[in-house]
Amino acid sequence: MAVLLNQDSRVVIQGFGAAGVREATTSRSYGTQVVAGVTPGRGGQVIEGFPIRNTVRQAVDEFQANVSLIFVPAAFAADAIVEAADAGVPVTICITEGIPPLDMVKVKAYLRGSGTTLIGPNCPGVISPSERARAGIMPVAVYLEGSVGVISRSGTLVYEAVDQLSRLGIGQSGSVGVGGDPIIGTTQREALELFENDPETAAVVMIGEIGGTAEQEAAEYIKQMSKPVVAFIAGATAPPGRRMGHAGAIIAGKAGTAQAKQTALMAAGATVVQSPSTIGLTMQQVLKERGLA
Amino acid sequence: MKLHEYQAKELLARYGVPVPKGRVANTPDEAEAIAKELGSAVVVKAQAHTGGRGKGGGVKLAATPAEAKQAASEIIGMRLVTHQTGPQGLPVASVLVEEQLSIARELYLSVTIDNAAGMPIVIASAAGGMDIEQVAEESPEQIHRQAVHPTTGFMPFQARTLCFATGLDGDLTRPATALMTALVKAFEENDGSLVEINPLAVTTDGRLLAADAKFSIDDNADFRHQDLMAMRDTSQEDEREVEAHAAGIQNYVKLEGNIGCLVNGAGLAMATMDAIKFEGGQPANFLDIGTANSADAVVGALKIIGSDPDVKAVLVNIFGGLARTDIIAEGVVAAIREGFVTQPTVVRLAGTNVAEGLRILDESKLDLVRADGFAEAARKAVEAAG
Repeated sequence: MAVLLNQDSRVVIQGFGAAGVREATTSRSYGTQVVAGVTPGRGGQVIEGFPIRNTVRQAVDEFQANVSLIFVPAAFAADAIVEAADAGVPVTICITEGIPPLDMVKVKAYLRGSGTTLIGPNCPGVISPSERARAGIMPVAVYLEGSVGVISRSGTLVYEAVDQLSRLGIGQSGSVGVGGDPIIGTTQREALELFENDPETAAVVMIGEIGGTAEQEAAEYIKQMSKPVVAFIAGATAPPGRRMGHAGAIIAGKAGTAQAKQTALMAAGATVVQSPSTIGLTMQQVLKERGLA
Repeated sequence: MKLHEYQAKELLARYGVPVPKGRVANTPDEAEAIAKELGSAVVVKAQAHTGGRGKGGGVKLAATPAEAKQAASEIIGMRLVTHQTGPQGLPVASVLVEEQLSIARELYLSVTIDNAAGMPIVIASAAGGMDIEQVAEESPEQIHRQAVHPTTGFMPFQARTLCFATGLDGDLTRPATALMTALVKAFEENDGSLVEINPLAVTTDGRLLAADAKFSIDDNADFRHQDLMAMRDTSQEDEREVEAHAAGIQNYVKLEGNIGCLVNGAGLAMATMDAIKFEGGQPANFLDIGTANSADAVVGALKIIGSDPDVKAVLVNIFGGLARTDIIAEGVVAAIREGFVTQPTVVRLAGTNVAEGLRILDESKLDLVRADGFAEAARKAVEAAG
């Protein structure tokens, strides 16, 4: 078991450019079934052994793709997400950064009530080490099979947390990068729910950021979780009113500060880490205390 | 990107939002001519990307064209310091000369995106002319919201709801509904991140006007608003940030400290700043190099960091995913060899191609401080900065 991806996942890649090809190749070597690439106008070609199709629908019909991984440029990404959902792909993961928010407003509205779960955009993707299933851009070498789920708005902080865990011999059941944009498909709260319901997962690391109120909403769910959560909020030292790289990472009002988020998470029973370099150590301690190590 | 008040009003007027009569002036003579043309008492307003202009001496009343000229000569060329600008202030190159309004009531109206709901939201309040965040905190019952559903758009009943909640009743309901609808349309068609009318004025003769206006375009949508991009005024932005932007580095923010940071990924970049502060230091900047897979991009970024006189040490913290640490290492080596970085430099590499990246650093024989983990990198950078 794992969340979102498993051995039966059949990944189609939308936007089969240099990055798409490279990540498809990495995932294939890792053991993931990458069944096709989609680039309009290139249908019928084969690139690095991957069959290319013109539309997602063709990739679904012909190769039973059930996960889509999107690399298309920001201006066309909303189109790509809706195309995947329209083709009935149940899990769509969008790596693309810089999608205009008003495009995402429409995409969100379209996806409501559809059978498609969107991860991202502006995210590193999803990986399930025990299933050798990877749909994303994360470096595979840092992962270790195990029972800690990792959720993060930031891609590189997923790698950082996973690396700290692996160096301590603590493996991961999976990681879900929910994305750094203000409007995203799956929220941190929803990702927590996935790991809470995953039998392979014993504990969760959640890495949030300044801006918005998603961490407070996640905290509400943490109150009812049976599994321990270790949380870190990036940007405790960021100045208000400035967008810190991620479109969503801007402090507007008190709820957006790291302190407000830390307070909410602590009140909900999460163990909040102050220094980003002690995420792994803190999880090690929590696992010991709970008799899970 | 932020627009100046006069640009925002021009844009809104095109959508049918009523604004006071007036125009922008770049010289005192132009200000005088506009005042003469308006034939009434005027207000002369500094055009700068900040709130609180009045308190900073950037807004003056003038009864005659001669007074308007005098006011403009005092404002144009000043550095406007407000609670939002910091002590260095912002340069003022132009003024908006407008008819003075006889205001009976001031309200607040804005459109922004409610991220949690994933929809634009219209916010209205009868408490205009004040800091809206303060109103929201002290009297939240005075803040009224309506979400704009992407299928239906902003509906007339929603506008009416806001009107009745804020006392825009009687003869005002119809024009206020039209104004709100126009405002939402302007927001949506121009990819606004925030459009704010504060105050929305009701004059003593019963007119409804945007007495002030702010308009910010979402940076992600720049590519489809080339016409608006021509309105960008880089004099209102940090010099180094403009330079970084021109060099293709979108995510650079100048900060107060002395440790220059080059990091990949916004989250890691923020966490690096946090780690530096945790170790007792202060970051000089936020810089997310992203997935820029070219040594040139790294050199460009280090050039900006290295030339910042505040920077006493440089910290490169890379966890490669899509970004390759070997390419980053090549860039770091090149930037130091070319003399763009002369400060002590701490490098921490992890992730994709890290063995190759570290080999490049070793073979360069440069005097780099290497760090294995995050905390160690931050600690060494703080030490190096003294």
